[in-house]
Amino acid sequence: MKVSTPATLVAVTLMIIAGLLVAGCTTTEETPGETTLTVFTAASLTGAFTDIGKAYEAQNENVKVDFVFDGSQTLRTQIEQGANADIFVSASTKHMKALQDGGFMDNSTVVPFLGNSLALIVPVDNPAGITGLADLNKPGVKIVIGTKDVPFGDYTRQMFEKMAADPAYGPAYKDAVMKNVVSEETAVSSVVPKLALGEADAAIVYKSDVSKDDLTKVTRLDIPAEYNVVATYPLGILAESPGKTEAESFIAFVRGPDGSAILTEYGFDPIPA
Amino acid sequence: MRRAVLSLFTTVLLALFLLFITLPVVSLFLRISPEGFFHSLTQPVVLDALSLSFVTATVSTAIVVLFGTPLALVNARRDYTGKELVDTLTDLPIVLPPAVAGLALLMAFGRRGVIGQYLDIFGIHIGFTTIAVILAQVFVASPFYIRQARASFEAVDRLYEDAARTLGASPMTVALRITIPLAWGGLVSGAILSFARALGEFGATIMFAGNFQGRTQTMPLAIYTTMQGDMNAAISLSIILVVISFAVISAVKIVTRRKY
Repeated sequence: MKVSTPATLVAVTLMIIAGLLVAGCTTTEETPGETTLTVFTAASLTGAFTDIGKAYEAQNENVKVDFVFDGSQTLRTQIEQGANADIFVSASTKHMKALQDGGFMDNSTVVPFLGNSLALIVPVDNPAGITGLADLNKPGVKIVIGTKDVPFGDYTRQMFEKMAADPAYGPAYKDAVMKNVVSEETAVSSVVPKLALGEADAAIVYKSDVSKDDLTKVTRLDIPAEYNVVATYPLGILAESPGKTEAESFIAFVRGPDGSAILTEYGFDPIPA
Repeated sequence: MRRAVLSLFTTVLLALFLLFITLPVVSLFLRISPEGFFHSLTQPVVLDALSLSFVTATVSTAIVVLFGTPLALVNARRDYTGKELVDTLTDLPIVLPPAVAGLALLMAFGRRGVIGQYLDIFGIHIGFTTIAVILAQVFVASPFYIRQARASFEAVDRLYEDAARTLGASPMTVALRITIPLAWGGLVSGAILSFARALGEFGATIMFAGNFQGRTQTMPLAIYTTMQGDMNAAISLSIILVVISFAVISAVKIVTRRKY
């Protein structure tokens, strides 16, 4: 029996275990004087919160803000399965409510802080010639929306329901539009790139999903207020957050003049504190 | 004495490692009741994903075998300039992250892609179709077959081929009657691996083919999607994939063992 093979195996395994232990320690222990805030944030806020995080870190050198950006539902599931986070920022009250009911949130800290509405977007060259919602039921138009379980997909369906209830459009309109759907995305962040690449002819996203850079590639068409769905974004501190004071101060910053300015710039409507 | 300590030590490490692999897999089975599992199997989202995955993985494996076999045979038997390059290119998808594969396919076959823009003129759109799913699967799964096929062809003793040739057999006859039957076990295991990789493909598919139930939503995509709402469906699909993967690895082991 060769001794070298098991010996190597032992060495490698020990290294892996050591690595895991080190990794385990760094997440629980913090460098004295520096706090890390983990903020689970809805994917639609990726751009705005990245900027807010930078601005906040610039003002608070002892705090590091780590964001996890994903669909609100995914984040909720992760929290329910025990993920460690300090703050949860949801794109829908539904998922926040579920976490509150499950005892995961510090309920007194949960507040609606942001409004967002839907917009119709088309590529700048607009190959399907879409001028508004009334063109979405034309045969052959390729539409991308969210799955029914992610907030922007849910709101999109609510919008089509409102239109179906209006005789000006009717149920046949809704059916024709849904037939034109070619993909149901799980996070809003993958929709704009697909449209910008010209893969689809139209998509329903949040007004805020279209950044200034994107406007060279996609055109944003307004959705009339009577059909539009205004999304309310709540945020709050998790019951098990170890850094509640820091979390409160970060939320105050988000809702203060600096945070509000960034959010407005991204197309959101901050709800005054 | 030293050997005894060492073997005890390796046994402990082995046990720990096996536990690390088995525990998450077993946890999948523990987080759902049998009723929940069987109920999920009747959900349209699960059924659609299952059938779409099997159909697309079968078609893409067939394409890989059809194109890969002659390529593997040529590379195993002939020397030509650029052979190294061809070998490297056929292996490339193994190391490319699926997201790169998806983006690359989009750049080539998307509506404004290098090839896609010309297909668009004829009204052919690949993005968001089942064809896109198959292309993504062929792209990521082909190396698993081609590598194995080439190695199997190289293992065939050329004496038999030479004998057949001196007896007047054409190159085609030699390939079909001698080389392929002798390499059969390896070819089958390569095809099975390729099928399994196609079944598990996620990243390239979601980027290139999109996510639409019954058309482009394969099992991994359905797992990702149902996790947002119906956890039971996600777990059930995951269990099915675990069982298939286990069966596939076992099948490959049996097939390759028989060869020797």
